[in-house]
Amino acid sequence: MEAIDIKAREGEVHHGDYSTHEHHEESFIKKYVFTTDHKTIAKQFLITGIFWALLGGALSIIFRLQLGFEGANLAWLKPVLGKWITVEDGFGTLDPEFYLALVTMHGTIMVFFVLTAGLSGTFSNLLIPLQIGARDMASGFMNMLSYWFFFLSSVVMFISLFVETGPAMAGWTVYPPLSAVEQAVSGSGLGMTLWLVSMVFFIASSLLGGINYITTVINLRTQGMTFSRLPLTIWAFFLTAIIGVLSFPVLFAAALLLVFDRSFGTSFYLSDIYIGGEALPHVGGSPILYQHLFWFLGHPEVYIVLLPALGITSEVIATNSRKPIFGYKAMIGSMLGITILSFVVWAHHMFVSGLNPFLGSIFMFLTLIIAVPSAVKVFNYLTTLWKGNLVFTPGMLFSIGLVSFFISGGLTGIFLGNSAVDISLHDTYFVVAHFHLVMGSASFFGLLAGVYHWFPKMFGRMMDDKLGYIHFWLTFVGVYMVFFPLHYIGIAGYPRRYYSFTNFDAFQSFADLNAFVSIAAIVTFAAQFLFLFNFFYSMFAGRRAPKNPWRSTTLEWTTPVNVGHGNWPGDLPTVYRWPYDYSKPGAADDYIMQTVPYSETPESNLEHEQEFVAQERPQATTPKDSNEQGA
Amino acid sequence: MNGIIAIGVIIILLILVVLFRVQTLLNVAKDNANKRVTGSNKVHPVLFILFLLFGFGFFFWYSGTYFDDYTLPIASEHGKDTDSLFWITTAITGVVFVITHILLFVFPAQYQYDEKRKAKFFPENNKLELAWTILPAIVLAVLIYNGWKTWSYIMDKSPDNSEVVEIYAYQFGWSARYPGADGQLGEHDFRLIDAVNAFGIDVTDENALDDITPGEIHIPKGVPVEFKIRAKDVIHSLFIPEFRLQMNAVPGMTTRFWFTPTMSTQEMRDLKNDQTWDYKIVCNKICGRAHYSMLQRIVVDEPEDYKKWLAEQKSFLKQNPDYMAKVPQQMKELALVKAGLDQPESN
Repeated sequence: MEAIDIKAREGEVHHGDYSTHEHHEESFIKKYVFTTDHKTIAKQFLITGIFWALLGGALSIIFRLQLGFEGANLAWLKPVLGKWITVEDGFGTLDPEFYLALVTMHGTIMVFFVLTAGLSGTFSNLLIPLQIGARDMASGFMNMLSYWFFFLSSVVMFISLFVETGPAMAGWTVYPPLSAVEQAVSGSGLGMTLWLVSMVFFIASSLLGGINYITTVINLRTQGMTFSRLPLTIWAFFLTAIIGVLSFPVLFAAALLLVFDRSFGTSFYLSDIYIGGEALPHVGGSPILYQHLFWFLGHPEVYIVLLPALGITSEVIATNSRKPIFGYKAMIGSMLGITILSFVVWAHHMFVSGLNPFLGSIFMFLTLIIAVPSAVKVFNYLTTLWKGNLVFTPGMLFSIGLVSFFISGGLTGIFLGNSAVDISLHDTYFVVAHFHLVMGSASFFGLLAGVYHWFPKMFGRMMDDKLGYIHFWLTFVGVYMVFFPLHYIGIAGYPRRYYSFTNFDAFQSFADLNAFVSIAAIVTFAAQFLFLFNFFYSMFAGRRAPKNPWRSTTLEWTTPVNVGHGNWPGDLPTVYRWPYDYSKPGAADDYIMQTVPYSETPESNLEHEQEFVAQERPQATTPKDSNEQGA
Repeated sequence: MNGIIAIGVIIILLILVVLFRVQTLLNVAKDNANKRVTGSNKVHPVLFILFLLFGFGFFFWYSGTYFDDYTLPIASEHGKDTDSLFWITTAITGVVFVITHILLFVFPAQYQYDEKRKAKFFPENNKLELAWTILPAIVLAVLIYNGWKTWSYIMDKSPDNSEVVEIYAYQFGWSARYPGADGQLGEHDFRLIDAVNAFGIDVTDENALDDITPGEIHIPKGVPVEFKIRAKDVIHSLFIPEFRLQMNAVPGMTTRFWFTPTMSTQEMRDLKNDQTWDYKIVCNKICGRAHYSMLQRIVVDEPEDYKKWLAEQKSFLKQNPDYMAKVPQQMKELALVKAGLDQPESN
């Protein structure tokens, strides 16, 4: 890889690497397992992410059964869940501790393994080199390590599901002392140890990936690909990686201190605990410290999950509106704003934790500021759709769905960011509704939009449109039916992470609504199998993709349909313009690719763009291949 | 039976696969691959409009019809302020929610693909950008200011005449300690906890001698009440939705929350038309196996009833005279007086 990198950087003409890889057969292991090709690594992340998404979704269905149909016989789950289902006289009930394990693992899996690794890991890997015109990541080896650390982390987390005392049960935020003291809940034994080990590998994976993404974007942009010509996807991945690199180490610190407290008798987070009939020796620690450290990652993590989805959406909406994204610079500015602000809002998760109320005021102020760049993004998406020429590909539909979730879930953030209002809403179902819409579903839709949009680039074939449409409508309506009703339950004061509400006469009134939500969840989950079928079927038997199926402007569509390692045969493409020249007045077609020089498009150049013509390098250096405008 | 279901599922799946094949072949026959858009491009805008109408329909219908089910009566002074903030925020975000969604779901119908039309090349407009940066900023500033004022007031020091009650959270319940006649809660230490002394009360502290640990929790109506909140084992969260009151109970530190109850238990029972109804403290921070059933009744009395109830409670030392042995020699006499052990039983 080194040879490729150096040559790519110097922009030299070379034929070697791309074709070499075509000729000599790589072993299966080198090609598909320990590969250094960013595109294959992207697929590895994606498929592992899909596995986790199914598992995480299935866990949520189990606890939705418990919540929606209290008192239903769950004996039929005994073969799957074993001792966590207690069967008496043929009547099966779910173990309350395992219920906590279910919500904990659902959260952990979805946040970290699906929406961080599965989303950012997939699309940063796939698109960064392809859209900036690089042959691969700066370090293919580190990139490979990044996936395999993730894999190792996945294996450990998966094993933790099967240990006798159960997986972690302290909620995905694993607050000590609950997570630190084995006597408090059975999952805080071996299950929690494995959780921590898994997260350490996950953090390593995330850092290896992030450093690579940053380095690649900074150093390996092809000729002409200035920062102001980067597609918004790349901006999003770049900023996401920066957030990750700055915040994941703090999670590592939090986890490490928790390991010390659990295993080596330190008292970072523990103090004054009397449990199981004995006073523990820990004195002087603070559980609040853990919360600060955790949320210093935990909140930026929301944006680690969301920004790539927003980047993907920007690209998909612009392409399928046949319009430039409105306010390209404002979009970058708002992402930068979100990136910076994401680091100074963490304590809004802690308004009622016993935090100094003055800090609460500060964090309320900073939190509500972050709504401004978010609002700008929404208005810019809407303006991009306005007077567009909209083509409803499945990717486009999922992007519009994302914008809707981003609005609905974002607005409820204004309630929760206000510390006075948060007093009665904190940790209720209102919060559950809020983050499942704005971070869970929005990011998930970004992921799906990305898969539908770039599937042709990944596998050289098209996914089936009609199945995609059905998948979209079932999922879109389903997600709203699952999460919207939860707002009401939250306003009524229902606490989250409750195994059952039957003990509370105050919490009896929503049995119907809860059943409705559970049925909607099951239907929505079932609809995902349409996607799975479409995904795997199309991989092998889908229609062969044309070179540029969406008539898009960006560099990935200048590569051959089946891209080899090294991405472009011959020279790397040269970039002459920004990525959003859609429907330019005067132009013959409704898009102009980034590789088309201004000198070739005098009919559509804007006044200030005429000046660029003179600065353009002679045509000779542009490889023929990259000048074609798709199929 | 299971066999029949299995065969049924297989047949349905086969039918679906056949339908899918027919559909893909139709696509080939209609040469859809080479068209910019197919017929379905006209279907989605219709579905978006329908979704908009039905979605808002359900939203407004449910919000109106079931208003009394999902809103709770307010039973504290500050609850009126936080609720009014809540509804102001609802009004503002509601308007934004409706307008943006109308635009989002009407644009698809208005601007669906048309071969004869070209999209408007509209890459930027600084005035627009500035407008929708500043407008949300102003609205948010108003919300922040109001929120900050309310928050500061709620979190401020409690008034001097507050009734102080210590609430102690443990797996899986709540109990209370009252400071007794001296108005001061005594020292505590988790190492002193045993089967009887669940609070870890330190009887070598003068202030602890008259502390009361009743089996019930009562508070007076119309008087500021300050909860000093502690936890024995893991983090819990003291949550009483009707009071709009929530504060974590954290091992190793004391948190606090003060408020003024405005409705007694009886008044609330009358309002709800349910003479068995009670205020409940519920736990709102995941705390283990029985998190979902960690609740404790709390009674709001008229002030005079509260005084009467409190006067009837015996101090911890009076209830557990064995602990007199742990009181230092020079404090024993004081202890007898403060704990009420010098009084004969008054029954």
